[in-house]
Amino acid sequence: MEFLFASALGVLVTAGVYLLLRARTFPVVLGLALLGYAVNFYIFAMGRLRVGLAPIISEGASAYADPIPQALVLTAIVIGFAMTAFVLVLSLRANFDLGNDHVDGRPPVGEE
Amino acid sequence: MNHWIVAPVVLPALAGVAILLGARSSLRKQRMLGALATASLLGIAIFLMSQTYDGTVQVYALGAWPAPFGIVLVLDRLSAMMVLMTALVAFCSQVYAVAGSDARGANYHALFQFQLMGLCGAFLTGDLFNLFVFFEILLIASYALLLHGGGRDRVRAGLHYVIFNLVGSALFLIGVGTIYGITGTLNMADLAVKVGQIPESEAALLMSGALVLLVVFSIKAALLPLCFWLPLTYSSASAPVAALFAIMTKVGIYAIVRVYTMIFGAEAGIAADLTEPWLLPLAMLTLVVGTLGAVAGRRLRSMAAYLVIASVGTMLTAVALGNEASLGAAFYYMAHSTFVLAALFLLVDLIASQRGDAEDRLESARAVRQPALLGGLFLLVAVAIAGLPPLSGFIGKVLVLRSALATPPAVWVYSVILGTSLLTLIAMSRAGSMVFWKVGADREGIAMVAPAKGVRVTAVALLLGLVVAMTVFAGPVVAFTNALATQLLHPSEYIETVMSVAMVPAADSVPHGGGSR
Repeated sequence: MEFLFASALGVLVTAGVYLLLRARTFPVVLGLALLGYAVNFYIFAMGRLRVGLAPIISEGASAYADPIPQALVLTAIVIGFAMTAFVLVLSLRANFDLGNDHVDGRPPVGEE
Repeated sequence: MNHWIVAPVVLPALAGVAILLGARSSLRKQRMLGALATASLLGIAIFLMSQTYDGTVQVYALGAWPAPFGIVLVLDRLSAMMVLMTALVAFCSQVYAVAGSDARGANYHALFQFQLMGLCGAFLTGDLFNLFVFFEILLIASYALLLHGGGRDRVRAGLHYVIFNLVGSALFLIGVGTIYGITGTLNMADLAVKVGQIPESEAALLMSGALVLLVVFSIKAALLPLCFWLPLTYSSASAPVAALFAIMTKVGIYAIVRVYTMIFGAEAGIAADLTEPWLLPLAMLTLVVGTLGAVAGRRLRSMAAYLVIASVGTMLTAVALGNEASLGAAFYYMAHSTFVLAALFLLVDLIASQRGDAEDRLESARAVRQPALLGGLFLLVAVAIAGLPPLSGFIGKVLVLRSALATPPAVWVYSVILGTSLLTLIAMSRAGSMVFWKVGADREGIAMVAPAKGVRVTAVALLLGLVVAMTVFAGPVVAFTNALATQLLHPSEYIETVMSVAMVPAADSVPHGGGSR
């Protein structure tokens, strides 16, 4: 499971960074979203990967899953969602105001 | 428990919601509510400051959960001073804004209050993840404030600023996650204890996490090479927003100081003094780049923005020297530069509004309507920024230089700080002579410009009054910042106070859950 989890994280981060560097707003927003997913998975994994354990104190439980990363991820998801929505609206606005979708507000030289 | 500690977070939050819900239709009501809230925040900040004057550390356990299980707010000298600075700058910025800048778009005052909530929360919290949450609150409010009023330049600057900070947030979570994965705690006081006991096998991972956090804080503080978002952002924000943003880079510096003196400070075992090889050279380079940017600036606004970067360089140089005197000097300089840069942003707006089409461009244009008033204020600001006697910039730089005297990099620190001061002086003289002396004779045009509104001049004068007060009362202020530095470098009382928060006996009711973190 560790291998699967780690490689999924790696793929997400790679794709996220690649899209971020595309310098067009729509890929950048997608890249930020992928990076956000990767980060959420990462925080989750920091509570250690275990299967079928209780997160709250219960009778007869021999071991527990760490509940704090789950709470942290929840918060990070909420904030990430709000930020994605904001940056999406901002990109649309930039596209209308500036007439193109480059993050610098003007297309690079030779690519009009 | 002293409930006033949570007031700087709760009051702006409630005021923001009240403005949103209760006063949407009337700008007048919004202004009154906003001014009332900011004035009350100032009162509370002064009260909290007086509480820490004797050096006590007070802890506020949210939901009465004991540390390290719950989130705590901690009031010590450092956080009290940061909250007071925020409240002072916010008050002056608001005084300026009510003269008309807030009418260019909707919900200015609500956003302003949410920004204050994020700032005060970031300064007060004693929990690393909670710091992230307050960072996000202040950031999302700042995104909206930056774009307030609209326009192509703002949208273009906002796009950079927002995307850059979103990547920063992702890195913040990676850093926090790594540190949590190794130490199993996020409470700063608990971390300070646990980090010292980390076995060598895990130290590398922990230090990577800590250095990822340094990258994030450097983004907020605008430390080279992560400072290039700042000039465009600050110079395209409206004047009162830019003045408030003068405190925003200080959030990054505050976080650097808090995390790397307390958690990864001298007592952190393997991870001790983690930032030492990085911080000083980068800080001095930041100072040089900021000053060169100011010299090369073609507009007053971008010049002011580069001066923000230069001030960050000076402060972090002092922080990186790491002794008590230099930390004390860093915080004296921080207060000074926050006030004076806020004043500069407001003043530039006043000047630009009286120069017709030339606005704030540094080129020969017609004279301003009130050359004596604006020129006088500009002279005061220039003297303070360049660090000439008698104003507080001089005292701050002398304190930094004196604290560097006995340290190995003294030669570098002296030459960089003195050299950049000279360059700053040149930049300010060039700007001042261009704007006030090299003017064309356009009497009719000048007569058509309305003189600056009294309220706006008052706001600038208030900020400069603070600078003068810091000069006149330099003795007590320096005594306080030095005591603050002592408290920072000896965090045992902070740690003990936080960790000794006991569970409140649940006599009458079961404690409610704290909700999601």
